[in-house]
Amino acid sequence: MIAEFFQFNYTLTIVMAGAFILGISSGLLSSFAVLRQQSLLGDVISHAAFPGIAIAFLIMMTKDPLGLFFGAMVSGWIGTLFVNAIVRFTTLSYDAAFGIILSVFFGLGIVLLSYIQRVPSSEKAGLNSFLFGSASTMLYQDVITMALFSLIIILFIFLFWKEFKLLSFDPNFMSSLGFPVHKLNLLLTTLLVISIVIGLQMVGVVLMSAMVIAPAAAARQWTSHLGTMVLLSGFFGLLSGVIGTLFSNFIPHISTGPMIVVIVSFFVVVSLLFAPHRGLIWNWIQNYHYRSNIRANSMLVNMLLFSESQTDPYHCHQLSALTAIGRGPALRAMKELQRQQYVRNPEADLWGFTKRGYQKAQHLQATLFKDDHGY
Amino acid sequence: MGIEQLYIIILACIVAASCSLCGVFLILRRLALISDAISHSVLLGIVIAFFFVHDLNSPILILGATLTGVLMVYLTELLISSKRLKKDASIGLVFPLFFSISILLINLFAHDIHLDQDSVLLGEIAFTPFRLFSLWGLNLGPVSLWVMGVILLLNIAFVAAFYKELKLSTFDSGLATMLGFFPTFIHYALMSVVSITAVGAFESVGAILVVALMVVPPATAYLLSHRLSHMIALSLLFGILASLLGYLMAFLLDVSIAGSMAVMTGILFFLAFIFSPSQGILIKFLLYHKQRLLFSANMLLIQLLDHEGTHTEQTENTVSNLVIHMQWSYSFANKVVTYALQHGFVNRSNDFLTLTSLGREKARHVSVMDS
Repeated sequence: MIAEFFQFNYTLTIVMAGAFILGISSGLLSSFAVLRQQSLLGDVISHAAFPGIAIAFLIMMTKDPLGLFFGAMVSGWIGTLFVNAIVRFTTLSYDAAFGIILSVFFGLGIVLLSYIQRVPSSEKAGLNSFLFGSASTMLYQDVITMALFSLIIILFIFLFWKEFKLLSFDPNFMSSLGFPVHKLNLLLTTLLVISIVIGLQMVGVVLMSAMVIAPAAAARQWTSHLGTMVLLSGFFGLLSGVIGTLFSNFIPHISTGPMIVVIVSFFVVVSLLFAPHRGLIWNWIQNYHYRSNIRANSMLVNMLLFSESQTDPYHCHQLSALTAIGRGPALRAMKELQRQQYVRNPEADLWGFTKRGYQKAQHLQATLFKDDHGY
Repeated sequence: MGIEQLYIIILACIVAASCSLCGVFLILRRLALISDAISHSVLLGIVIAFFFVHDLNSPILILGATLTGVLMVYLTELLISSKRLKKDASIGLVFPLFFSISILLINLFAHDIHLDQDSVLLGEIAFTPFRLFSLWGLNLGPVSLWVMGVILLLNIAFVAAFYKELKLSTFDSGLATMLGFFPTFIHYALMSVVSITAVGAFESVGAILVVALMVVPPATAYLLSHRLSHMIALSLLFGILASLLGYLMAFLLDVSIAGSMAVMTGILFFLAFIFSPSQGILIKFLLYHKQRLLFSANMLLIQLLDHEGTHTEQTENTVSNLVIHMQWSYSFANKVVTYALQHGFVNRSNDFLTLTSLGREKARHVSVMDS
């Protein structure tokens, strides 16, 4: 049944293939962008690529995908060069340079687009789709071009794996080892430009930046290993591409680009909350355990302090007395200690050590609380 | 020129002035891209508020949009403070999500109203019916002009009332906290003002060109001034100049007005980038060459002093030797020697150079040997 479905739905197959490729290539590169704290460069590149598309169209007067890709790439590239020039020669910060290039290039793109609207050409329809992406206008040759470029990206990541890894974590060390850091930086930026340009037709100028941040932001929460992170982020990218495409195919009026971004953001939220070790909920649970542990331990030591006034260390005390010198909810700590068989509760409100608990308390006092009390 | 055109020009100037006024503080606080994030996020507020009031002209829309702008800033800062993501990634995650959700809401529930996708970015087309109604509405004048005028007044009032606080918390947030100025309050107040301005400007120039008006004129002013008050004045000047020139360009070439305004801000910035007397690349280029010449002249004097009176003097202290030993080009060596001659440091007889007493003193002064 599924096979039949894909056989009859040619457009959907094309779009799915496109989303798959886009997801992988942007996902793979997003790891490097996020680790090098250049996430917002993606935003700049995608906006800066826009006038390039318009200029390429004005030169060719057709929507040949390779030509448009090339135009977008050159213009995105020039944008990053300008950013570097502004940061290098003035005291303006990176984000000011980003804002300047992003908005001015985009403005130029809009001027060119409004000019193109007046040019008599049957081909011009659909150039707007680069703004928000329009998956349904994608053709077989678009997907082939995308596949070609993403293969180039994968090949380069594979070939320069070690260099890119070092570049992401310690460029100064890398420079001291004699690597051409500047050139490798340029190469990685070029790959980022390519991966963004690939996605423009599908996701659009405005939202493409999310595709080079979100997959890696999600992947980062699950692992601290670059290899795993890059693969996982590629996986998140392609998964959100495919799911987003499916949603927008089955729900009427829904655009593909925003849908993909919502799905990938969903992955980020889930990862931020539930990922082991780094996830927020994981941390809350861990903190809760730490806190109840500390409470229970300090309760044991307090009881030991009390029992020093008695001849029998196993003498039972009233909970209110223990509450008076302790901190926090004493009963909860006692219940926890009872569960671990450190204390016994012979009568209501009376609590005393078990043998195990007495030993534990002595051990705690000897180790944990030694310095605090100056023993 | 028709009254409609005059209205558009005045509106463009007011939009530019309000944007460049609050933009000054965004640039100084290194929050330039927050304007990008806010201008995208306000759409969500507009869409949601629209579902409640079903009226594109309602002031509730502005309120809703401002709230989502501030909410976006809050969420971004929450994400940063969770330490799970860096600042740049946090900014880049929240606003595309807000923007996507608003586009999807428009897709799903409002595909028949005039809030379609392209118009969100291009602005002026988006609210044409709204603006047409107001432009040629006979008695009241354009509503958008009134709205934007109030927003400009709000901007001016905010900066005037909190000038001292803004200045201090921008340049020394730690001191501001110590003196009891609540930088966090100022921060969120600024974010609210930026949001309101973005909403107002959004109608006329679209989401992304708001960024051009908020970031580029202040950045241009930043290159040309060293005082906050000067920067604000220049920023307003460049914003208004860019909108006038942009309108002219759009009129002459028959292209998008908002796009032309953005391009003009870019051109003004580019001019400042080249010609700024303190930060321009032209002055840096000239300074570089001047310094190179001065340094080389000092090198020449030390070389001459070093070999003065030794038996190798005849071969060492020649122009042709400079070309070989200093690895200078012949023309550069001549330039250096000419400089030294003009200042009376050396005498030249054909290829051979000797120090004057002034040159000898200068050489001792700059060389380490002297001390």
